[in-house]
This record gives sequence, structure tokens and C-alpha cells, in this order.
Amino acid sequence: MSTVATDIQQAVEDAAAHLYVWALKDIPQDLRDALAEAKDRETSIPGKRVLETIVRNVEIADSNSNLVCQDTGIAVYTCRVGEDFPLHPARIYEALKAGTERATLEHPLRSNAVHTLTRENTGPNTGYRLPIVHWEFISGWDGLDVKCVPKGSGSENMSFLKMCVPADGVNGIKKFVLESIVESGGKPCPPGIVGVGIGGSADYAMYLAKEAIARPIGTRNHDPHVAKLEEELYELLNETGIGPMGLGGDVTVLNCHIEHADTHMTLNPVAVNYQCWAARRASAHVAADGSVDFDREA
Amino acid sequence: MATHEVTFPITDEAEILKLRAGDEVTVQGHIIGIRDRTQIRIFDEGVEPPMDLRGAFLLHTAPGVRKVGDKYEPVCIGTTTSARMVRFTEPLGAQYGVRAICGKGGFPDEAIEPMRALGMIYFAIVGGAAALETTQIEEIEEVAWEELMPECLWKFRVRDFGPLTVGIDAHGNSLYHDVQAAAHEKLKELYARL
Repeated sequence: MSTVATDIQQAVEDAAAHLYVWALKDIPQDLRDALAEAKDRETSIPGKRVLETIVRNVEIADSNSNLVCQDTGIAVYTCRVGEDFPLHPARIYEALKAGTERATLEHPLRSNAVHTLTRENTGPNTGYRLPIVHWEFISGWDGLDVKCVPKGSGSENMSFLKMCVPADGVNGIKKFVLESIVESGGKPCPPGIVGVGIGGSADYAMYLAKEAIARPIGTRNHDPHVAKLEEELYELLNETGIGPMGLGGDVTVLNCHIEHADTHMTLNPVAVNYQCWAARRASAHVAADGSVDFDREA
Repeated sequence: MATHEVTFPITDEAEILKLRAGDEVTVQGHIIGIRDRTQIRIFDEGVEPPMDLRGAFLLHTAPGVRKVGDKYEPVCIGTTTSARMVRFTEPLGAQYGVRAICGKGGFPDEAIEPMRALGMIYFAIVGGAAALETTQIEEIEEVAWEELMPECLWKFRVRDFGPLTVGIDAHGNSLYHDVQAAAHEKLKELYARL
């Protein structure tokens, strides 16, 4: 068993190293389409200038095989692990960390990781509890899905949490999201994806907001109540006039995604996590035999 | 909204005064890369910067680079969020004669008055558009304070750097102020509709 496990650990490490660089260089097609559509729709002069530059930048990243954005972010991975996948999550974590380090050193990528108090660099985009990995465990399955979401600081700094009360209702949620995006202005590199987490607890709401930004753009929540709120917020946010890079315009957000959890009868938590226009993500499926399929659109 | 080409460092203040909020600008010449830790060292720790900043164009950046021999070469150079560093605006202009600060996301209103009084400009670059920005950097000519890597003091020679938008001009106008004021008015209307 140890030989098999080692091979699979290597496969996961290789996948992580590839995913990190791939995500940074080659943004998904759904995002490219959304940016092109935004460029055509925008009517403000500075806003249109920004969107034309963004589309040109994505093309240059392709032709020069360079990163779309210099902020290599903090590496965040989401893992869906089948109960019969033949590598323990402790080893999956080791592999993801090793893959992140290798990608950073070999490319080379800018290393952003520092100790949160001393501000000293802690390693090649790794450190204590870095990278960040979110886990989901799936019964009756032997595979592993890994999604890499390098998260830039400009957008991550625009994260907001409010413990609304039940009497604030859905309008309280809408107001808090609107106010957060107006307050953010140009700082998180709009137009991007507004991720909203509602319900659960304070910590879980923010986790859900992060899940929301990693979805393919414009996908809708399976719950029709939540999907309706996504549509309403998407339209309201684009009426604020903040515009591309906060310079004013029609396109403030590319979309609004919401993830939810049931909650306590006296809780109504709302978390906002912003994802910049360079909404980078890349996914791989690792089978039980160690073979890897990279999935551009997941 | 006019378009301009400006070469830095500037010696004639008219080069700054002709620019108006919303104008499009392309920059030639030399620009200086600077970030949080660089400015904390200058102003909070009182260390004199080993580069001449008179008439300079400062870029909020922490570049991705590789070292080849004695030289640093660009890998990917982009621009960071400016708002974190707004408190350095007045001393950069008053003590060192800096004329332009370029970053992304804008400066809050506290930058408007020092920029008007000292004849300074805030240029908005397109945040995240680093693949393009890297092609506009011809050479990294000097690096000081390498121990702060990547938040060193960088001197870049650029060609056709931009397009930039004048976010705050030297006449007291700020696009960010105007956009925020309009958005807050709009919020009242949207809340009334909920």
C-alpha cells in the first residue's frame, strides 16, 4: 500500500503545482466571456478604457505566457475527498503544500507569505496554516477533486461580516451587501464577483462567501429563494455606479453568487467576500489510480 | 477628457497642472516603485531614501522579479491598492518633491488637499493588468533596500506606460470623491425601493 500511496501523493503534488501556475496565467472561458460582454456594455469613458485594458491584458498574458496579475495571492484549495480515495487527507495536505512551494520556486512566483505579526517571509507561498485548504468528504466515492483559487489581497481586504438580526430580514442582507460594495469602491479591482454567505454562524458565513466566489460565473444557487436574491443583488449592485476600478460606470460587478446554510432562529449572518476581475481558479480530478484530469470549467 | 503624454521626472509644474481628473495619460521616462514597508522605513523609521524623488512618479508596486547576475529582471510587475498608503502623500510632496503617485483603487478624500496644495497628481492604473504593465517596463535600472524584497525602492525605465486615468488632479478634483458621492445618493434611492 505504501508504494501506491506515495505515487498518488506525488500525483496530487504535481497537480497542485500545475493548478497554481495555470490558474494564475490562464483565466477560465466563462470569465473571459463576462469581461468581453462588460467591455461592450460599459458606456463611461474611464470605465470602457479600464475594460479594454483588462481584455488586452488577458490576451498579453496568453501570448507571453505570463501571469494575468502580479498578485500570486494566498493559495486556497478546495478538496472534495471520496471516502475510498487511497490517500489520507493529512498526506493530501502535505502534497498541496509541496506543490505550492515547487510552483513558487520553479516559475518563480512572487512569494507573499509572511508571519502575521513579525511580517517576515515564511516560505515560498507557504507557512503555518498556509496554504489554506477547505475540505468536503463524499461517501461512496474513491476520487479527489481539487480546486485552486489563488486569492489576491486587494479583493480579500474587502471582506465584511455583519450579524444582522432576524427582524432585518432579506432587506437587511441586501443593504449590507450594497453598502459593502460601495464602501469598497475601486480597491478590490472591480468589476468582479461578489461572494455572499448567509446563514450558519459567523465563521461559516464567511467560509460560504469564499465558496461562492469560486463558482463558475453566473451559476445560480440550487435553492430558488437564494437564486432570486442573487439576481436581485446583481442588478442592484450594478446600479451603484461605482464602475470599473471605481472610476464610475455601468459595470460594478460581473455577478453575485450566494451560498447559504440553515441557521439558528435568532441568527441572520451575512458575509461578503469580494473576488477581483481576475477571478482565478483551476481544477483537477485525481482518480484512485493516480491519473489526473484537469478541468478548465469546474 | 483629453489625452496626454508626460515624461517623468518632471521639472516644469505646468506638466502637472495641465492634467484634469478623467484625462487619459501615457507616461515615458523613469518611475520609482515603492510600497508599504518602503514608506514606513522613510517616514516612521526616519531613513533617508537613497534615490532622488524630486519631480518623481511613484508606483505602488511589489514586483515579481528574477535575479540574473547582478541585475533584476521583471517576471511580472503590477500595481497594488493605494488607499493603505494615503498618509504618506503630504510628506512625499512636501519633503521630497514627489509630483505623481500611481496605484489602483484610488485615494480617499484626505489626499485631495495636499495634492492641490503641493501640485501633485494621483494616477489610476488598471489593477491586475500586470501582464501588460510588465511589457511597458524596459529595464529595472536600480534597486535600493533589497532586504525589504519585494517592497524595495525600485527605479524602472518605462515606455508608453499606461493607459492611466487622472484620478485626482492638482486642482482639487477627485473622481473617487465624485463617484462615492453619487453612489451614496443612489443608495438612498435603492433602499427606498426595497
